[in-house]
Amino acid sequence: MVEMLTPLFVILCPLIAAPLILVAGKWPNIREGVTLTAAIATFSLVLSMIRPILDGDVIRYTFFETMLPGVAVGLKVDAFGMLFALTSSSLWILVSLYSTGYMRSLKEHAQTRFYFSFALAIVGALGIAMSANLFTLFIFYEILTVSTYALVIHDQTAEALSAGHKYFAYLLTSGCFFLFGLMMVYYLTGTTDFTNGGIAALAAHNPAHKWTLIILFVCFLLGFLKAAWMPFHSWLPAAMIAPTPVSALLHAVAVVKAGVFGIVRIVCFIYGVDLMTSLGLGILLACIAGFTMIVANLFAIAQDNLKRRLAYSTINQLSYILLGAALLTEPGIRGAMMHIPFHGYMKITLFMCAGAIMVATGKKNISEMGGIGKTMPITMLAFTVGALGMCGIPPAVGFISKWYLCMGTYAAYETISPVMITFLFVLLIASLLDVIYFFPILHTAFFKEPEGAVAEPKVKESTSLVVIPLAITAIFSVIFFLAFILRPVEMLAPYVDILSMHIYDLVDVAIKNVIIP
Amino acid sequence: MVTLILAEHYPVLVIVISMLAAFTILIAGLVNKKAAFPISLATIFVQLLMALSILKHVLAEGPIHYQLGGWAPPWGIEYVVDAFNAYVLVVILLLSFLCAIYSKRSVEKELPLKIVPFYSVFQLLITGLCGITVTGDIFNLYVFLEISALASYALIAVTGGRAVKASYNYVIMGSMGACFYLLGAGFLYAVTGTLNMADLSALLPPLYGNRAVQAAFGFFAVGLSIKMALFPLHTWQPDAYTYAPSAVSVIIAATMSKVSVYALIRVIYSVFTLDFIQSYVGVDLALCWIAAIGIIAGSLLAIMQTNLKRMLAYSSVSQIGYIVLGIGLSPISAWGLVGAIAHILNHAIMKGCLFMAAGAFIYKLGLWDIRDFEGLGKKMPYASAAFTLAAISMIGVPPSTGFASKVFLLIASLEATKTFAISGYIFVGVLLFSTLLNLAYFWRVIDRIYFVKSEGGHEDSEREAKKPGVPISMLVPMLILAVLCIVVGILWLTQVPLPFVEQMLYELGVGVLPQW
Repeated sequence: MVEMLTPLFVILCPLIAAPLILVAGKWPNIREGVTLTAAIATFSLVLSMIRPILDGDVIRYTFFETMLPGVAVGLKVDAFGMLFALTSSSLWILVSLYSTGYMRSLKEHAQTRFYFSFALAIVGALGIAMSANLFTLFIFYEILTVSTYALVIHDQTAEALSAGHKYFAYLLTSGCFFLFGLMMVYYLTGTTDFTNGGIAALAAHNPAHKWTLIILFVCFLLGFLKAAWMPFHSWLPAAMIAPTPVSALLHAVAVVKAGVFGIVRIVCFIYGVDLMTSLGLGILLACIAGFTMIVANLFAIAQDNLKRRLAYSTINQLSYILLGAALLTEPGIRGAMMHIPFHGYMKITLFMCAGAIMVATGKKNISEMGGIGKTMPITMLAFTVGALGMCGIPPAVGFISKWYLCMGTYAAYETISPVMITFLFVLLIASLLDVIYFFPILHTAFFKEPEGAVAEPKVKESTSLVVIPLAITAIFSVIFFLAFILRPVEMLAPYVDILSMHIYDLVDVAIKNVIIP
Repeated sequence: MVTLILAEHYPVLVIVISMLAAFTILIAGLVNKKAAFPISLATIFVQLLMALSILKHVLAEGPIHYQLGGWAPPWGIEYVVDAFNAYVLVVILLLSFLCAIYSKRSVEKELPLKIVPFYSVFQLLITGLCGITVTGDIFNLYVFLEISALASYALIAVTGGRAVKASYNYVIMGSMGACFYLLGAGFLYAVTGTLNMADLSALLPPLYGNRAVQAAFGFFAVGLSIKMALFPLHTWQPDAYTYAPSAVSVIIAATMSKVSVYALIRVIYSVFTLDFIQSYVGVDLALCWIAAIGIIAGSLLAIMQTNLKRMLAYSSVSQIGYIVLGIGLSPISAWGLVGAIAHILNHAIMKGCLFMAAGAFIYKLGLWDIRDFEGLGKKMPYASAAFTLAAISMIGVPPSTGFASKVFLLIASLEATKTFAISGYIFVGVLLFSTLLNLAYFWRVIDRIYFVKSEGGHEDSEREAKKPGVPISMLVPMLILAVLCIVVGILWLTQVPLPFVEQMLYELGVGVLPQW
């Protein structure tokens, strides 16, 4: 346990950047400069915390003790929180670059408001990643919800507003459930701290108040509707009305990740694996996740709008993470934790590609995208990497997390219940469905001729500010995979670890916190 | 004879200078109309400083007892100031001070011919409010209740037209409330022969079974409920808030209902004490249920309004429900009283800010209908920002004031499940559901202000932008309150108010905060 100011500074960077962005609103270059500087500073600060965490330390910073005895508002960075913080802070840099290109190319209105809300959303996401207890997490969770509203309704059309209202109706209602759960945990145990292996005082209620604990867990699930599990997912496709960088933020960097992150926190650090197992809640969560995986994919197949299809793909992929947590076994949880950064990188690639296509050609629907692979080779190559990752095919990193999830189902079959093997098949079917809706896109892009006769397709990518970030995330999606393979090689190990931001080491440490032998 | 230090005289000075100022303003106003505002402002400022020094003194040295005219209680009137009323006094005077600054330009525009009488009556209103707060005598409390009520009848009716009818409704209802209160005081006097609160609380315990005492409690509760506009006795309130001049809406919404709440808590804990409530199971539960219904009903009524001030008025009905819910829960959980008392300040700040913003919209553009608010965020950025911050606090987004109140009340409700069983969970549900209702009616306004695109042409908005803006003297108090919405919210979560809260709970005999 180390007391350090670094987590505070991590939060302060975007928090200070936000008003500066407002002030610099009249000078776009300075405004974007502020965003980018803050993003880089945040990322460096987050990186600087990796070393102590790998050494097994936990970094703490307490803002203040509250009136409620036993509850402090404070930050705590452990390996799991670090994974989320790394994902969101590194992707913020790339999304800032990307949105600069995107917003300027499309001459979007109200850009200052956009960057301002974006910075606040990052405050929320980083705060969630580094919260020391549920109470703090709730504060940042609500900040995230409110700040993203302005992003979702960016267009200010009637359609955008109604999407925004839907977004609020779902997420703030879910916030009420979260608040109830939080208060209930406090009432039952006198603490809300994330504890390795779960809060013991909560587990002590087990046989006597079994149903209270089960209902409480369901309240938490409803509280983390940001995870977009079905049937409470419809706010997410509706929010696709927002500009593409916002969708990238919602899907990869902040919002939905905050939801699954919260649920994994509840499962592993509030309830704890043992309590979850004895209450049989793993099966409940696994059923919800399995249902969502299949149904979301079926929905995805029917979409022609690229962004909407990607949205349903996100709903499906989030449930992979939920399923991993629900398996309550070491490989399952490992897969879930890995999938948070991995899905972040892959999905942001896909969204940025969708945005790039829109900037370059103005096309939104998949059926119009014939031959686009020839005119936008880099973009579509990156898209291919992302799509392979979603389907779990090497050399994209999605394969690794999915591999661990499959192993997790087998481990759960052996240790928890024979029923759990069902979820292996659910996983495989879901992966198959992934292939069914991603490969037609690739087919259309590379092998179909564009509508209307075009003599010789010319390469016409969007601006470099748009293409470079998506290329980087695609490359990283492959690097993570290579890092996994090359890690055992002693000579290369230090280099690939640095290149992969120590994600695998962090997961190792995080697993040790969750499963206490 | 104990040597008295100055702070121990302040409770009476707060009242006396305020009352003298009311007459001074009238006389000075005959000579020069412009003298009215500075005198009023200076008086309130001095009162505020005194209140702060009283609070400091009380927290350090314990309650102040001041005997008027040197007549010892129970024969003479005694002013008693402990942590609780020192705090309420500060809240009232802080809001009055900001409201006084705000009122200058607003009154000049809305009531150009009545500036002098306005400030004179305004000062009387503050006298009454302060008097209710500092007195330790139930009849004296009635006197001040009437002073403040009569002043507010006049202030509401001052614009004429529909305001007169609104004020008339208020006169009828308010007088009934006062009568009920007086009946309660009379019954207690008949039974015990004393009007001093401390004396009453000592004499009453053996008489708790007495029907007259029980009836007195009922009279107090109903009378003060009318005064604080608790649902379903709120019918006078929406019209009164809506048609009153802007500055008056601010002061009566932010402070008058709070003072009635204060009086209720005082009567419950310093006259009847916790034992009385606990020996009649059901009193607290009934109070909670009325409050819970009020919370939901007030919000639902607010959703139906299109007039901003009227919507805010109904929102007050709902928020008073929060406070009363806290009071109802307090016999079981000390957190309930903390929530109620925190919300007295929090609601004063939030509602003060919201009514100031509403007044500013009317001042500059004459807008009172929510449907006309498109593009207001560009035309009036500061007032809109203040409104938004306060509205977000009302919804209870952390770390604002509304969130702090909600947390305290939620814990209290959860603790109440031990005694109330399922009702406790229902109150939890009500609190959370009302968050969503608050969201529904406040977000509608914020959406209009910032996001909904106006259909009208641009020339219109350009012409409006050229209109003289809202004066600084109206903006500054509004923005101060908006910032306080966040700052106070964070302060309530920290341990800063803990010594005050503990002392107050001890003095009211509610016990201590539960520990794990």
